[in-house]
Amino acid sequence: MYRYDEFDAAFVSARVGQFREQVGRRIAGELTEEQFRPHRLMNGLYLQLHSYMLRIAVPYGTLNARQMRKLAEIARKYDRGYGHFTTRQNLQFNWPALKDVPDILAELASVEMHAIQTSGNCIRNVTADHYAGVAADELADPRPFAEILRQWSSLHPEFSFLPRKFKIAVNGAPQDRAVIQAHDIGLQIVRNDQGELGFAVYVGGGLGRTPFIGHKVREFLPQRDLLAYAEAILRVYNLEGRRDNKYKARIKILLHEKGLEALRDAVEAEFSARGGASLELPADEIQRIAVYFAPPPLAPRSGTNERVERRRGKDAQFAKFFESNVVSHKVPGYAIVTVSLKPIGGVPGDASADQMDAVADLAEDYSHDELRVSHEQNLILPYVALDDLTTVYDRLASVGLATPNAGLISDIIACPGLDYCALATARSIPIAQRLSERFGDGARARAIGPLKIKISGCINACGHHHVGHIGILGLERAGEETYQITLGGSGDETASIGQIIGPGFSSETVVGAVETIVDTYMARRSGPGEAFLDAYRRLGPTPFKEALYQRNAGADI
Amino acid sequence: MLRTSDRRQIRQQRDVNCGAPRQRRQTSTEASTGERDFRLTQIVTANRLIDGIVVFQDEAGGWSADFARAAVHEDAAAALARAGEDVAASLIVDPYAVEVELRNGHYAPKTLREAIRATGPTVRRDLGKQAEGLAPIAAAHAPTEKPHVSL
Repeated sequence: MYRYDEFDAAFVSARVGQFREQVGRRIAGELTEEQFRPHRLMNGLYLQLHSYMLRIAVPYGTLNARQMRKLAEIARKYDRGYGHFTTRQNLQFNWPALKDVPDILAELASVEMHAIQTSGNCIRNVTADHYAGVAADELADPRPFAEILRQWSSLHPEFSFLPRKFKIAVNGAPQDRAVIQAHDIGLQIVRNDQGELGFAVYVGGGLGRTPFIGHKVREFLPQRDLLAYAEAILRVYNLEGRRDNKYKARIKILLHEKGLEALRDAVEAEFSARGGASLELPADEIQRIAVYFAPPPLAPRSGTNERVERRRGKDAQFAKFFESNVVSHKVPGYAIVTVSLKPIGGVPGDASADQMDAVADLAEDYSHDELRVSHEQNLILPYVALDDLTTVYDRLASVGLATPNAGLISDIIACPGLDYCALATARSIPIAQRLSERFGDGARARAIGPLKIKISGCINACGHHHVGHIGILGLERAGEETYQITLGGSGDETASIGQIIGPGFSSETVVGAVETIVDTYMARRSGPGEAFLDAYRRLGPTPFKEALYQRNAGADI
Repeated sequence: MLRTSDRRQIRQQRDVNCGAPRQRRQTSTEASTGERDFRLTQIVTANRLIDGIVVFQDEAGGWSADFARAAVHEDAAAALARAGEDVAASLIVDPYAVEVELRNGHYAPKTLREAIRATGPTVRRDLGKQAEGLAPIAAAHAPTEKPHVSL
């Protein structure tokens, strides 16, 4: 993984010193909140419902054991013993004191971490496929490009005061695991007819109150033009994006108002005008960064392991874990293991300091000192030898991290919602808890198959509800929490925005409504091989609407 | 005229009562009639600058982490103006008035948002004011962890 060079270390350390001074001046009363707010936001510090919240960048979701242990240490020393992994592959602490934040940032800097550009109207943490570098279906590791974009965008003077925040995601496999079409810029690594690697470029995707799926503006962008083209997009956006209304300030609105062709023309014109030369990425520089992400030397082993097979035969719980949380690796004899942060009845994405330490130990002992955070709020051990799988499983189980539900109905994304968030209009976590209790991780969840439920506690859509197969949006109506359900959303390469299925449901009835939807799917699917999303796309909303509302309508007569 | 630094010191001294025993001071109406005054519907809340913790303005104009010490007003305008001074003195941030109502003889925030803010996360009863005995006694909509109700 990437290691800071002298410049990085000096830059991050200088930034900590800068913020320490700013916090000191704020506490001394020399800065007003209005003056201080932009500074704290540029360092990932929000003021939330109960306290401050510090959002720490985990660039493209990759971190090592030492970094994870530092997060655990910060959780214990400065926070309340836990952290929350987010849909942007970041980590949030919910209770830091302002006076401690400079010390926290200094601790982070000691392990090459920071909170820079995790907030504010700038280019945010660049995200990537959590299976990057290990997925069997991958064309190329997206992380070197995410890292190049990170370095280029960090404190970029021209793009530090954009109309609104700007999110970039990179995916390197045909299967989109990074939801790139819901980003301001989505980069899909592709190969052209000459066999060269480059990017298909999507622009204008985004969720929030006005969801859009990104549009492809370039079929093939050579690698060397990555920064020049990104710069062209950002220049057009920076110049033409709306600043009069923050709800209309994202590039998706610009694209919608200007039209795809006009935006594409403007971007291409800007790109041509600059000639690309000044920002051309030299091949040796790409190679220099790529070396940091070179896979560890893994000697191919047998694709099956006797110990694993024996355990599968006699331990149903392990067999379930193997089936849902273990994915085949590009090197035979190894596995990618998903550590579910979705215990049944638990808080999606939360990990205690002890759990973070345990996962750090496992990464060090069995995964070449590497971990990933997924946008689905889980952790990944990317290099587990099948020989070690039973040991890894047992150790995960001992700290409550072996829930066998990755990709199943109880592997739910949920934003913090009204339990923590100052913007929320309803709670998200309790709904996720009740749904996971209702469906569990056993035979019923397995019979249902792959199904993504995503829950947001307000229209800002941090819980990605628009791209949930079943999306739930929490709102407030006349003082009561109410939940609107959308169906048919998807965040993969077939991305789509879910459709609102009808009137919302109360907190009491929403779990039952989801159950009705699932039961309808089970009754109407062509067979166990037809996943929920496929069945919905075939059937359309009508049978689900009828099941949800007809009975109620009849009762009114 | 006090200098800002003096005002700040005085406020900080007033703020010390955060840890005092939780007992609401009687309002003047309560003292004279022995009854709660239903016209009193507003309290003033903010976040303490130094650590972000939710605080409530008390009768003396100081700030307490304990909801029970919040001064209840018929109209919070004057209290908010006073809070503005503490914003200027960098003691608190974002003060605003919160609607409260009497429930079983105790004041509680009317909205779920404010009930959660004054109580702590409903999904972590071990955290926030509820874990420190500083939450409203009868929170509106008393947030429940896992209501067992279905269609």
